[in-house]
Amino acid sequence: MTVTAAQSPPGDPGPGTGPSPAVPPKPPVPATRLPARRPGGGPARPAQQRRNLSTLRATDVYAMVGAGAASLALTWVMFDRLLPFNGALGFLLVAYALFVGLYALLVSFDEDGPAVRDRVAAVVVQSLGLVMLTALAFVVVYTLYEGRDALPHLNFYTQSMADAGPVEPLSVGGILHAIVGTLWQIGIALTLCIPAGLVCAVFLNEVPGAFSRFVRTIVEAMTALPSIVAGLFIYATFILGLGFDRSGLAAALAISVMMLPIIIRAADVVIRLVPGTLREASYALGTSRWRTVWHVVLPTARSGLTTAVILGTARGVGETSPVLLTAGFTAELNTDPFKDPMVSLPLAAFELVKSPEPTYVARGFGTAAVLLVLVLVLFVVARVVGGRGPGRLTRRQEHRRVKASRRDAQRFAVRTPADRQSDRPAPTRSTP
Amino acid sequence: MPDRVFRGILRGGGTLVLAIMLLVGGFLTYRAWQALSAARWSFVTTETWEPDGGHFGIAAVLVGTVLIALVAIVFAVPLALGTALYISEFAPPRLRRTLISVVDLMAAVPSVVYGLWGLFFFQGHVVTVARWISTYFGWIPLFEVDGADPRDPLATATVFTSSTFIAGMIVSLMVAPIICSVMREVFSQAPVGEREGAYALGAHRWGMIRSVVLPFGKGGMIGGTMLGLGRALGETIAVYMIISPVFVIQPHILQNGTSSVSSLIALRYGEASDLGMSALMAAGLALFLMTLVVNFAASSIVARSRSGAASDS
Repeated sequence: MTVTAAQSPPGDPGPGTGPSPAVPPKPPVPATRLPARRPGGGPARPAQQRRNLSTLRATDVYAMVGAGAASLALTWVMFDRLLPFNGALGFLLVAYALFVGLYALLVSFDEDGPAVRDRVAAVVVQSLGLVMLTALAFVVVYTLYEGRDALPHLNFYTQSMADAGPVEPLSVGGILHAIVGTLWQIGIALTLCIPAGLVCAVFLNEVPGAFSRFVRTIVEAMTALPSIVAGLFIYATFILGLGFDRSGLAAALAISVMMLPIIIRAADVVIRLVPGTLREASYALGTSRWRTVWHVVLPTARSGLTTAVILGTARGVGETSPVLLTAGFTAELNTDPFKDPMVSLPLAAFELVKSPEPTYVARGFGTAAVLLVLVLVLFVVARVVGGRGPGRLTRRQEHRRVKASRRDAQRFAVRTPADRQSDRPAPTRSTP
Repeated sequence: MPDRVFRGILRGGGTLVLAIMLLVGGFLTYRAWQALSAARWSFVTTETWEPDGGHFGIAAVLVGTVLIALVAIVFAVPLALGTALYISEFAPPRLRRTLISVVDLMAAVPSVVYGLWGLFFFQGHVVTVARWISTYFGWIPLFEVDGADPRDPLATATVFTSSTFIAGMIVSLMVAPIICSVMREVFSQAPVGEREGAYALGAHRWGMIRSVVLPFGKGGMIGGTMLGLGRALGETIAVYMIISPVFVIQPHILQNGTSSVSSLIALRYGEASDLGMSALMAAGLALFLMTLVVNFAASSIVARSRSGAASDS
């Protein structure tokens, strides 16, 4: 696109700005000259047209629409008249390929090679992005839509599957047992993972050395552990080796083994982002190490740490394979995580849809929808809590800080005259 | 004094985590040893899985795992690349934050949800594409399907279901967000000075992307792809729901029946004897080692590339 400089309207130099012919010519003095305003204030200039700054031109739109129409028509002819093709997906693919080709052809009528490549690349990139985002939206919407049969029944949330045989309608039975199981399992996993994960992440950052480098390498390696192998490990040690039953506790342990490296890694990254100057300022005030961590590092990284934990939780809640090996399966409500099988939401969805009964499949989709909503909520909470970098405050937090410092200032103002009156020498303090 | 206690607690926490991690790895190796010493090299070359008969090996499942992961990568990388470029270069700035959140969310959607979608919706639609490919490209050995006759109009589509191809496509949707977020991260770090330099030399947007953004983000692109590959190798539930397990090497990716290490474990852990458990452990160990190598290669590529390093301009 070319932009030419705005031309000043001709024939409007302004009265009295030019040198009079009687005076001998002087070297012109550089000065800014404003066009004088006409008396009466009428618009004497030709009205300036507002320039169109949009990068979209009419020919682009024509090329786009034309290519679209032509590709649809050609594909229709191919599918309906010429070739033995059928299927909606194939239609879309062929139409898209034709569209790109025709669009390139149309653009090449009035642009050069690089411009054609630019347009085609833009079309391809944008459509790839669109495909992926549509696919996500579709997966989510499809699950929620298929859960529509089971979700409106209130008993779906308040009963277990104990009374619901294969032929019972959807108005009997629900997934209370899976909800309770998920809450127990993720609760136990979090009580194990949060302290261990945070202590380890602080250790990686605050005690540098060869040992912490080694620990960091091992933790990074363990993030590669496939979740089914974590389940297999707990199955082999806890259930076969130590002789415990399959239970919610075993499932929670398996989830912890999987979740711990994820949380440590995310928390490690967040703590590393805490500005070094804050730490140095704290040390310069003579603070001890643990007070620096407790009062400076952790509060600064709080929102990021919360995000790390919540995202780890979202991963742990949705994981099926470790639970499949360790929790067992039951249709009854079990509130004791230490004995007897205890099912969780993803496992219940997985087992329910394996059944040929349509009501079971509907319940499976309902379970998956509940799980999906749970993950969505966790994710949104994580975004709201941790959308900011370390040290950035929300408006309310900022307000609180300002108020606190105003209180401090008042306190100082009240104290200072009192100190002066007493006229003591300032107490000297040796540095520790 | 409290400082020393504090440091002791930290060190203790680190050691504890290290101990847990080493315990997992060590225990896997220890239990796998029994099966490995019984089977020796035939563990890598045998296709069948009958541990109680003494005949077991991971040749078939390993090939299946790798093929599924490769199909996933083939579909996921263009999708992820396009989405990453769209978010970092084309999308209106107001939309950008939302799109980033959406992609991150996609990575957090549980795999059982993808599995459900694939089993009940996607498979029925993609079967026609699989049939089309096998009809017209069946002469390529990879796309060959035994027992499919393109001239028979009444042939059922069951030979095309539960295949490597379909499982790989489902997994590709699961790993694409991971690849995409790594790529977007490095693309958005491409130096502004070089971008403006390309524009000043008269490049179109695509010219700028090709000469500045893509070379700058090359390390991130490779590293992100390998991270996705590591994730695709270990994926269990979605694959387990789609495929129908067979224990022979299945190089025909469009054909019904394949297998993967993780679905083998999910399938056989319940009925396993002592040796069978040990054999499953060995398979899990092999899978773990594979993802480990891929992940470490990925992180070293990302760390060593120019991506993330600031330039002078």
